[in-house]
Amino acid sequence: MTPSFKTRRRNGLLSALPLLLPAYAWLTLAIFLPLSAMVYFSLLSDIAPNAPSPSLTIENYATFFSDPLYATLLWRSLVLGLIVTLACLVIGFPAAYVLAKILKGRAREAIFLLVILPFWSNSLVRVFSWSMVLREGGILDTALNAVLPFEVTFDLIYSYPAVVIGLVHSYLPYMVLTCYLTLQAIDDALIEAARSLGASRLSALRRIVLPLAMPGMLAGSALIFIPVVGSFMEPRILGGRNGTLFGTVIEDQFTAVYNWPLGAALSFILLAVVLVILLAAAPVLRRTA
Amino acid sequence: MARVDVKNVSLSFGAYRALNDVSISFADGGFYALLGPSGSGKTTLLRMIAGFEYPDEGSILIGGEAVESVPVDKRRIGMVFQNYAIFPNMSVAENVAFGLRVRGEKGAGVEKAVSDALDLVQLGHLAKRRPHQLSGGQRQRVALARAIVTKPRVLLLDEPLSALDKGLRKDMQIELKRIQREVGVTTIFVTHDQDEALSISDRIGILKDGAIVQEGAPEEIYDRPRSEFAATFLGEANIIEGTAEGGRLTLENGVSIPLPQEAARSSGHLRCAIRPERVHVVPGGLASVNLSQAGTLTGIVRHKLFSGSLSTYSIDCDGRQFQAIVPRTGEDDIRMGSPVEVTWKKEDLIILA
Repeated sequence: MTPSFKTRRRNGLLSALPLLLPAYAWLTLAIFLPLSAMVYFSLLSDIAPNAPSPSLTIENYATFFSDPLYATLLWRSLVLGLIVTLACLVIGFPAAYVLAKILKGRAREAIFLLVILPFWSNSLVRVFSWSMVLREGGILDTALNAVLPFEVTFDLIYSYPAVVIGLVHSYLPYMVLTCYLTLQAIDDALIEAARSLGASRLSALRRIVLPLAMPGMLAGSALIFIPVVGSFMEPRILGGRNGTLFGTVIEDQFTAVYNWPLGAALSFILLAVVLVILLAAAPVLRRTA
Repeated sequence: MARVDVKNVSLSFGAYRALNDVSISFADGGFYALLGPSGSGKTTLLRMIAGFEYPDEGSILIGGEAVESVPVDKRRIGMVFQNYAIFPNMSVAENVAFGLRVRGEKGAGVEKAVSDALDLVQLGHLAKRRPHQLSGGQRQRVALARAIVTKPRVLLLDEPLSALDKGLRKDMQIELKRIQREVGVTTIFVTHDQDEALSISDRIGILKDGAIVQEGAPEEIYDRPRSEFAATFLGEANIIEGTAEGGRLTLENGVSIPLPQEAARSSGHLRCAIRPERVHVVPGGLASVNLSQAGTLTGIVRHKLFSGSLSTYSIDCDGRQFQAIVPRTGEDDIRMGSPVEVTWKKEDLIILA
């Protein structure tokens, strides 16, 4: 008897379900539920310890619009996000290019390791080590004065540049990695073809490499911009008084003032603003990707 | 258009010597094939003429002008890559226009040149397509149009047909030849496919281990290979060795065969080759040939490879396998295991160095 085969076209989604379920179950538990709780919190009136049972209100959202301080801080955070993202792009892309297109073998592995090395240490430790480098009488100050013939005072700690330096340091690897991945996928023959057609190195970079690497550059930018806009640790430790930003204010509501409803409301406003920015950028992203 | 001269060029990658004192000239408007096995240095030589590699020693002249230290973008060459290297972020027309645009050309002149180039490769109707919508053969044509639209002094092709399937490859060979003749550009073509080299080019340079083994017209190289490598790499060959004396060659098994006129005065150890299609197979070993004019060996038929119009026989002559190609004329009554005589005209014997 010949075996009979029954070919059955399975529903694609149904057969994929066992593979999708763990990830989506986790996402539901870890993000959706806490986020829903936060939505609830953001709509509560202040929950002081001895207050009567809280009631639902949109007052917390109204606070953002009534006090111009919040909008100013949000704007400061967005500008910081832009500066850090651009700095990462300018510093990270050339490094990724050298890694992907120029270095080979051992040298590439070694340099690549150096890029991801910061991931191996605790981020808080890294930020504190910067504070030792940047302060007056710190490592950088001492080293410069030991080398230079004239006296310089180098005191960046508790300044805006210190915040930028710390954040660029923290997020640079994301840019290098995403750019490296797209650059590596670009066939070297495309660059050679451009060169054979009369394009200089710079022209080949501008007309071929940059357009093809754009998806990686944009992905890296999104990966950096979003967390930087909400960052609070680097601004607090390295920026001090000058590091007051939207993220630090939100953190204050949770850890110092214990005004969770306002903190939650400000978080959602930040989320909404970032989403609007990403949506506005979506057509550009689609065109280049 | 220009002639290309490679003079005493050497290049090493670390301890590996990729090219060793290579000299070869490519005449203006000629169609050259650089043929060799992988690792022979043929692609390295091409990339050096293009300007992607610089020679350690020697010089490269395009149109009489030394270019060995000129960067690739200043050499005015056109190149077609093995995987075509079509820019995926541009349409077909934009790909072809690229070389003109980077030179700062603009306007109607560019459009005219692009549509002419696309018409030449018969792709005028696909100008607006994106590269991912094209078939392999179409990409090949786009790459060709892109390379010739800038009117290069020399066109370099790096195994351009190896990614195509067999039928398409034959069509593209004819097409490539037509386009090259129409444009008249000096063309250098790298391939490892001997049939392709024979059918497409005016001249062939055979490379082995970073050196030119032999260079000449296809018929010349095929009929008069100077080494066993050239004889066996370009086509099939039966190799015969023996001791020459008095215009005859005595083989290991004692059989004596006549040498062609050119080797009549040679003496000592000699290596010769005979092409399988120059060998006649006579069943039963009853050939009546003039032993002073024809070489003759006896043997037993061991294998037969039937390929339609021809059959290739493998004949065991005292332990040596002898290949013979016999056309299917209807008179080919050669049976497996039967004794046969193989004969050839003495002029068909090729003397190897």
